[in-house]
Amino acid sequence: MTATAEPEVGKARLRKEDARLITGETRWTDNLQLTGMLHMAVLRSPVAHARITGVDVSRATAMPGVAVVLTGEDFAAEQGSLPCAWPITEDMKSPPAPALAVDQVNFAGEAVALVIADSAYHAADALEAIDVDYEDLPVVLDMEEALRDNDLVHPDLGTNRCATWIFDSAEAGAGTNVEDEIAAAEVVIERTFRQQRLIPAFMEPRSVVVDSSAGMFTVWSATQIPHILRWMLSAVTGISESKLRVIAPDVGGGFGGKLQVTPEELLCLLVARRMGRPVKWTETRTESMLAAHHGRDQVQKITLAARRDGTVTGLKVELLADMGAYLRLVTPGVPILGAFMFNSIYKFAGYRFECTNVFTNKVPTDAYRGAGRPEATFAIERMMDELAVELGMEPMKIREMNWIKHEEFPFTTVAGLTYDSGNYEAATARAMELFGYDDLREEQARRRADGSVVQLGIGISTYTEMCGLAPSRVLGALRYGAGGWETASIRMLPTGKVEVITGTSPHGQGHETVWSQIVADRLGVPFEDIEVLHGDTATSHKGMDSYGSRSLAVGGTALVQAADKVLAKARTLAAHMMECDEADVEFASGSFSVRGTSTVRALGDVVLAAHVAHDLPEGMEPGMDADATFDPDNFSYPHGTHLCATEVDTETGMVKIVRYVAVDDVGTVVNPLIVDGQVHGGLAQGIAQALYEEATHDEMGTLTTATFADYLVPCAADLPAFLTDRTTTPATSNPLGAKGVGEAGTIASTPAVVNSVLDAVRHLGVRDIEMPMSPERVWTALQGRPDPGAGDVAAGGLGSIDAQGGQS
Amino acid sequence: MHISVNVDGVTYADEVEPRLLLVHYLRERLSKTGTVVGCDTGNCGACTVHLDGHSVKSCQMLAVQANGHEVTTIEGLARDGKLHPVQEAFHSNHALQCGFCTPGMIMQAIDLLADESDPDDETVRKGLEGNLCRCTGYQNIVRAVQDAAQRMKPGAGPKQEQHSDEHVPSQQPVGGE
Repeated sequence: MTATAEPEVGKARLRKEDARLITGETRWTDNLQLTGMLHMAVLRSPVAHARITGVDVSRATAMPGVAVVLTGEDFAAEQGSLPCAWPITEDMKSPPAPALAVDQVNFAGEAVALVIADSAYHAADALEAIDVDYEDLPVVLDMEEALRDNDLVHPDLGTNRCATWIFDSAEAGAGTNVEDEIAAAEVVIERTFRQQRLIPAFMEPRSVVVDSSAGMFTVWSATQIPHILRWMLSAVTGISESKLRVIAPDVGGGFGGKLQVTPEELLCLLVARRMGRPVKWTETRTESMLAAHHGRDQVQKITLAARRDGTVTGLKVELLADMGAYLRLVTPGVPILGAFMFNSIYKFAGYRFECTNVFTNKVPTDAYRGAGRPEATFAIERMMDELAVELGMEPMKIREMNWIKHEEFPFTTVAGLTYDSGNYEAATARAMELFGYDDLREEQARRRADGSVVQLGIGISTYTEMCGLAPSRVLGALRYGAGGWETASIRMLPTGKVEVITGTSPHGQGHETVWSQIVADRLGVPFEDIEVLHGDTATSHKGMDSYGSRSLAVGGTALVQAADKVLAKARTLAAHMMECDEADVEFASGSFSVRGTSTVRALGDVVLAAHVAHDLPEGMEPGMDADATFDPDNFSYPHGTHLCATEVDTETGMVKIVRYVAVDDVGTVVNPLIVDGQVHGGLAQGIAQALYEEATHDEMGTLTTATFADYLVPCAADLPAFLTDRTTTPATSNPLGAKGVGEAGTIASTPAVVNSVLDAVRHLGVRDIEMPMSPERVWTALQGRPDPGAGDVAAGGLGSIDAQGGQS
Repeated sequence: MHISVNVDGVTYADEVEPRLLLVHYLRERLSKTGTVVGCDTGNCGACTVHLDGHSVKSCQMLAVQANGHEVTTIEGLARDGKLHPVQEAFHSNHALQCGFCTPGMIMQAIDLLADESDPDDETVRKGLEGNLCRCTGYQNIVRAVQDAAQRMKPGAGPKQEQHSDEHVPSQQPVGGE
């Protein structure tokens, strides 16, 4: 075993994962072929709200290759209800959530029947031969209308109001009463923002394979959460958890969209149990858009109180959050994750957050990159600009005078969180310098004075977020159904190789590379000698999986602790082997030595000695493996300053990003290459919310953006090159100093872009433009007309979905 | 219908349903699972392969349309264990995260570089318009394609390491599966 020459942490290691991904040797779930495998196809409701009065499967059953056609009736006794793990209040209304609709459908896209056939083609053919009779019910789409309870999504609940969740700084003892602040304020600004509905749109469509042979159920799924999935599938079906093995093989992106226990996973399992044969289901893209959960979809009424000098004093947040038709795994909790973030980096005296969750006849919402925090960041960063406009102040100046100064950390906020570290001044200074802020302001002034057709805008977003989900005690206090710890194991193999087992479940993040770097540093083992195992509950029996920018801050810390356990035991054995006092043993670069002597034992020799166990100290167990589980004390708080310059063509409404600078402080960086990549991808998704993406429904509740021709995931030509940099204040809540980076770009960028576009056209009388800021919307706003209307039209696309929900 | 298709240097003779998509033929019949399906409308480009040296979306083509043609997939790029320069550049520039779009993106990039040997940023972005990536924000993909252009310049490496999918030697038919 050779020592590692230079520290691995901080090194731009190229990824181990790439070898299989660039050659096509990847193992996606849909690649699996098992002997005798059946294929499942799902018939989906074309209507948003209806009673099912009859299902005739006789023609479909007789089609070539069809083994069986199954309906909700067939599963009514065994399918139970899909789990919601986050009952945010004691009185939260939670409707039963059948995987396959039995007598009523509540959103267009809900599963109604299954064809099980010998090929995917035969299964798809037979779908068209199933006849379903629907008796239409009134469709509930608009949240404010829904709250009038004239028509009900779930009549048995008696209301469309799911729950109301409140945080009040006065009641919590974290600040003053916001109503007092508003009453006493010199300036009060009230705005309403709409967070449009988005679709996660991971590139790999969801896929599930279940094999029921050998007395076990093995479930392969394109999921972010194999461990949670195993637990929940067992809870729903009653199948012993020990008889369920869940494998997440290579998973092609998630962004929260695969943080779910899906109807199709449960149905594949039930079908495999019923048929005694392996079953595969792989969705089409349109199915993914119609049935996989959506994200965002809030109406935000924000009231900000301030003094005339620009000092903010109070913030009141009143939200409506669209749940869609059912509560999926963490649906009701997503807006609550934003509750602690609206106050952001600013020092408000009083704060109140009130969120009402509402049922509608739409696809359920749930986690999408940032989950609650992008919504919060958008609202506060828009409000800070509105305040600056109101007071005629420079928007960066107003932020600076209100944010937490670097010497004030740790700082307990008005929302009750303690931010451990940060330096907003440093990140901002670096961003302003890279951006050329003053020069761009001059250019902007020139174009305004000239009355240029193409105006220039500058947008700011000084954000923070809470990451590293999550301290288990906090999750408990928020009534979440699980803990937030993470686990890791290290197996020291007799040949000197190392296996690392993690409870995190990467789906593009590069854990195999980064976890190897951490262990290589800690144990002095070559990077190449480390193999990272994940995503299989048989090898990684315990874990809380990957989401919420938690993997490194929580899972990486568990790994550090496991490595330290290995070293502690190895040190004891090394002392025994070198016949010295343990206190005299030093460890460096993978070798133990006796202080002041030339006696040395390489870690590999010590591991081998532990493995053969011929001569161990009294009471020492053979082997050199270690497990550790880490439960964080606090969240981590990445922050940064993003600056966006846009050109707005006032004749066409076209927006072009001409410069984008992101300076992020994500704490200690293990691999800068991967961190940059996370930021780039996050920016793309946040910018897409600002400019391109929106899930829209027609008045019947049909999703009109159910293909990539209609839902505008940006392509390379739609995005600019980004200029990224970092400042570093290590997190104090974990030994790595890591804060998390998965969501930062998405959280920060949306308001930077929107503020920029508004800054370009505000002098022309435009006060607001809804997202996505399509050319049509920008142009309409420039004509001084009201917005064409939320949700009436898609931002762009082909309009290729007809009223029946099929592709025309 | 009977078809004969050369895929990654091997000629296959097969009976296929006329409606079978080329991508399903590649994946299900030939086990070329490196080529993937990301959408049903031809927008995402994850299924991109080369047909006679030019990129096509294999979910928008029938297997029978490939009859008598040469198909190159991501699995046919490496030669004698040596990666194609575009594959190398994607790795070196961290141009992939989840990797699902990567095979199609690499195939499209090779096609792009065949037309534009030294593309600027905008040319690369426009050339990749038909391929969606949800992870990278495209920044490192653009960088990788430009890096690959340098690696592929005449004289940039030993002759035998310069690849051109237009000169795939056809081998004897080995029949279908």
